[in-house]
Amino acid sequence: MEIPYTVEAHPETGLNNGKIGIWLFLTSEVMLFGALFATFIMLRIGSDGNWAAMQAEAELNIPLATLNTAVLIASSLTMVMAWASLMRGQLGRFKLFGWLTVACGGIFLVIKYFEYTAKFEHHHYPESSTFLAIYFAMTGLHALHVIGGMAWNAYFTGPGSKLFHTNRQWLTDRVEHSGLFWHFVDLVWIFLFPVFYLL
Amino acid sequence: MSEHVDIDKQVRIYVTVFVSLFVLTIVTVAVSYLDVSVPVALTIGLFIATVKGSLVACFFMHLIDEKKIVYWTLALTVAFFIALMALPLLTSVADQVGEFAEVEAHEPH
Repeated sequence: MEIPYTVEAHPETGLNNGKIGIWLFLTSEVMLFGALFATFIMLRIGSDGNWAAMQAEAELNIPLATLNTAVLIASSLTMVMAWASLMRGQLGRFKLFGWLTVACGGIFLVIKYFEYTAKFEHHHYPESSTFLAIYFAMTGLHALHVIGGMAWNAYFTGPGSKLFHTNRQWLTDRVEHSGLFWHFVDLVWIFLFPVFYLL
Repeated sequence: MSEHVDIDKQVRIYVTVFVSLFVLTIVTVAVSYLDVSVPVALTIGLFIATVKGSLVACFFMHLIDEKKIVYWTLALTVAFFIALMALPLLTSVADQVGEFAEVEAHEPH
């Protein structure tokens, strides 16, 4: 049985199934992170002026986090370049930019690993303070999303790219959808970075 | 995104957005070292983050050229998101009003 509207647009929505599906998924993700941001606001307001002290005690590494921000921004560029390469019919360039995106995700996680281990060496754990509890919860959930996005992109850049030879448009659409998820992960970090490290 | 796009033009926009995001990241870090009050720092920091987020959403996520159904879906999400953010703030205001009323009640007239 052939599933309709995988490539062509549905007459009701003007979008194919994948596109409407990924946007609905992203709206649920907005509410997931939104709930945690609301928790963050509540904890900060309820800290009775102790927030700055807890933040200072946590000794977050601003240069490393700035580097991680730059890495994720670069990965967003390589992601759209991968999609643009498919639009141009350039499979080789698509694979290059696709793997660069996955590599940027890997670099982000390695830097995060160094950040986390530095915290643990100083006996800074989620139970150490309210600030660290929400810091580990939100950055940890974000890191899980980075891992998910890397797996998704690695599949389409690797074995999934065979679709290029049989249905190029379908592959292009799928990469656009995985890109939407990847940019969302970047967008979340754009807010996590100043909220935890700078403000 | 609409089916007929000028990819070369798109790529130039992507690179411009990337450079803008990079510069704004440096600005965000620089601003955090300014000697200003917490509310001012929060306002500036979140404003820059919102500008960066809008750039990602509009250009990298192609929201600047999307179908109406996506806009309507996101508008509904934004409404719920704002409600979610307002809840803790309203709770805080309610607490302060409660404390004020308690002090008033115990003060001798």
